[in-house]
Amino acid sequence: MRGFDLSDAPIDAAALSVALAQSRAGACVTFEGWVRDHNAGRAVRGLAYQAYLPLARSEGERILGEAMQRFDLIRAHCVHRIGALGIGDLAVWVGVSAAHRGAAFAACRYIIDEVKQRVPIWKNERYADGDSGWLHPDDTPVASREFAISPTDDGTS
Amino acid sequence: MKLKILYFASLRDASGCDHEAYEAVTGDAREIYARLRDRHGFALAHDRIRLAVNGEFADWGRLLADGDEVAFLPPVSGG
Repeated sequence: MRGFDLSDAPIDAAALSVALAQSRAGACVTFEGWVRDHNAGRAVRGLAYQAYLPLARSEGERILGEAMQRFDLIRAHCVHRIGALGIGDLAVWVGVSAAHRGAAFAACRYIIDEVKQRVPIWKNERYADGDSGWLHPDDTPVASREFAISPTDDGTS
Repeated sequence: MKLKILYFASLRDASGCDHEAYEAVTGDAREIYARLRDRHGFALAHDRIRLAVNGEFADWGRLLADGDEVAFLPPVSGG
């Protein structure tokens, strides 16, 4: 399996966790990011992710490589959804295994923080009032003209 | 000089396309973004945009060349 992946299908967290197992691993830390029903005081009905696929993959791999260097890890993986998601859906999964818990906790935190800041993925929130908008952090949502997104578009076609 | 410009998220919505061919008279990415911003009405100024050229992040000082694939990336919001 790839270290970092983007998926337009639901993420199978249980299967991914099994793949972290190693006989020398004494700790496994996973993080699940879920779609919640509110953001910044607005009721959210669902969202959609768009990604610049080639660069998202290479930057995601770069982050996992950094984590492997900085922390004493055995394995590190991350999968991020693209496309349309509903409330409660698993949007992003990070999992690491290590000999000891300290490295596992720190690395898992590092990976999700860096993915959120650096990987070219964008979230469009669909609100209860019918409005929708792209989240470009440090700003209010940039309104979409309509909620029409090509989930798997890598922008190169 | 022919460039292929890629758009994502709010820039894709504003331009109405995921990419376009662009005939540039300069290799200055900042100036090209300013012209495209005027044309399409992008809300974001260039200091909030990250540049990528041929699938890799690039500095705004990078001189663009014929055939480059250029992406103007708005602030990301994955996770």
